[in-house]
Amino acid sequence: MSVRRLSPDQPASFAFSKETMKQAQWWISKYPDGRQQSAVIPILWLVQKQEGWVSEPAIRAVADLLKMATIRVYEVATFYTMFMLEPVGTVALVQVCGTTACQSRGSEALLEVCRKRFGPDSHRSADGKFYWQEVECLGACSNAPMAAINDRYYEDLTVAGFEKLLDDFAAGKTPPPGSEIGRQGSSALGGNSTLNDPKLYDGSAPKGIKKLPNAAPKGKAKAPVA
Amino acid sequence: MVGILEDKDRIFTNIYGLQDWGLEGAKARGCWNLTREMLGQTHEWVCEQIRESGLRGRGGGGFVTGFKWTLMPQQFSERPHYLVVNADESEPGACKDREIIRNDPHLLIEGCMIASYAIRAHTAYIYIRGEYVAERERLEAAIKQAYAAKLIGKDNVNGWDFDLHVTHGGGAYICGDETALMESLEGKKGQPRLKPPFPAGAGIYGCPTTINNVESIAVVGTVLRRGAGWFSSFGRPKNAGTKLMAASGHVNKPSVVEEAMSIPMRQLIEDHFGGVRGGWGRLKAVIPGGVSMPMITREQAETVLMDFDDLPRVQSRLGTATMILFDEDTDLVRVIARVSRFFKHESCGQCTPCREGTGWMWRVMERMVTGEAEMREIDMLLDVASQVEGHTICGLGDAAAWPIQGLFRNFRHEVEDRITSYRAGKPHVQGAALVAAE
Repeated sequence: MSVRRLSPDQPASFAFSKETMKQAQWWISKYPDGRQQSAVIPILWLVQKQEGWVSEPAIRAVADLLKMATIRVYEVATFYTMFMLEPVGTVALVQVCGTTACQSRGSEALLEVCRKRFGPDSHRSADGKFYWQEVECLGACSNAPMAAINDRYYEDLTVAGFEKLLDDFAAGKTPPPGSEIGRQGSSALGGNSTLNDPKLYDGSAPKGIKKLPNAAPKGKAKAPVA
Repeated sequence: MVGILEDKDRIFTNIYGLQDWGLEGAKARGCWNLTREMLGQTHEWVCEQIRESGLRGRGGGGFVTGFKWTLMPQQFSERPHYLVVNADESEPGACKDREIIRNDPHLLIEGCMIASYAIRAHTAYIYIRGEYVAERERLEAAIKQAYAAKLIGKDNVNGWDFDLHVTHGGGAYICGDETALMESLEGKKGQPRLKPPFPAGAGIYGCPTTINNVESIAVVGTVLRRGAGWFSSFGRPKNAGTKLMAASGHVNKPSVVEEAMSIPMRQLIEDHFGGVRGGWGRLKAVIPGGVSMPMITREQAETVLMDFDDLPRVQSRLGTATMILFDEDTDLVRVIARVSRFFKHESCGQCTPCREGTGWMWRVMERMVTGEAEMREIDMLLDVASQVEGHTICGLGDAAAWPIQGLFRNFRHEVEDRITSYRAGKPHVQGAALVAAE
């Protein structure tokens, strides 16, 4: 488990913005009546998008909105590690994956870059612009090593490329996410070994199959019941 | 020929995102073809076809998918049925569901509809991990397209009322466990539930629920379209079909490919991933599918097949078939120490053996990395690992124990050498001086 506590410095109040509220209602509408609690994680996420982090007044506001006990929302906010419980950097939240696949391709050097630039893990940099942390696997292992900066994935990183990326963010730019070495998704560098047959993409795929194989004989099949 | 599977037999034809992910592109590649005819068959027919195809759960469990569906109540009742798709892909090494979601989302949507029909559900939720923000946006966009084209929704062209929603988590690996996922979907902490009741009896909101992996669901449409016999013609008996496989770590071309089940591991690595960095001879160990699966040696990797029943021969498992490879220069003790830290971080804290054991194992592993642990602690660690394994509600306790067991089964001498050499340079550490210091 990871120990997670609310920040000692809390704002006096929290209010949903109009846009956040609209989206929150959309999330609530996805679940059956009376099950609005299901929307708590997405709504806490929206709160974090609005404020940058999840504060104690925000937890109370979410509890009121979803008619939940405050402690239940508090539990969720402290259990799920994606919720930042203290203010983050004004420019970027840098999350470097340090788990096995990335570790084996050099993420330790990236972590060192962050330590040098911003100081210790899970802290804001001195100028307040950046907040960095080492996170567990982000699920882009074939594109290791990688980092998520403001929720976008930057993949196949090198130390030099990562430094440049951080420089760009510091200069107020938003570099396009994706692979640093320019490969598309997880395609193999220097040409894929599969999916090179042009017939897959000429539109012939649906025409080849006109009848459902193994279909039950007529009469036994019935119309779907609503 | 490269690999075993031919391009014409691949299900995920846009896995690299080189083509259009949208509805038009997906239709041109064969998606949403004959869906109405499939839903015109009986519920039982769909389950039976999928069972005959030999499809086994692609999230690592390997449970027969068609059989899982038949565990649901066989009639409509007051409680609605639900399909939940587990897209909480968080295990280090696993990176296959992400490619389906962002590049072939319509295969997943179509599969959701067919699977929901099979289990008599009118609503499905896709629970995607919170960090996949871009992937979630892509999936929402694809669902919007499907609604607009009346492929899903009320009174759609396929003849089965069906609503599909995306929901997301908050960065907890534990929510990949089906019961923890249900808790999380209900807006609670992701702590696994005791079974029974099983999800097919009482799942989300106390209603019958089936939970499947993204890949298991996404292949369903194509399997029915091309026939159960086509799918089961790949792989060995009981390990049928095609599967997304991936490699990361010390390979020349880390990537994701779809291959036939039971392909030899070495052929897979050399044909599709450009071989091991520096040549096959430099391979030291392979984790076959997500870090919870015990590592195997190069000698074992020479002969082993990538399927559910052959990897246990070398005391490992297929998992998600997403390998991590390590070359000769890798410090495997350090690798496993990092894995232990991952499990310590991700333990939900519900069961004592796991909550206390994962942290304890991590701390001992860290001391083994430097060599300052003592020789007798190796057996103590293995003893604790075996006490955590199998004594927790969900599989996270097992998952934390297996990598450590795999390390010591195959590379125990490395840890022993390290402890010895650490002592060798410090003559006064061992014995009386140490006791006095304590």
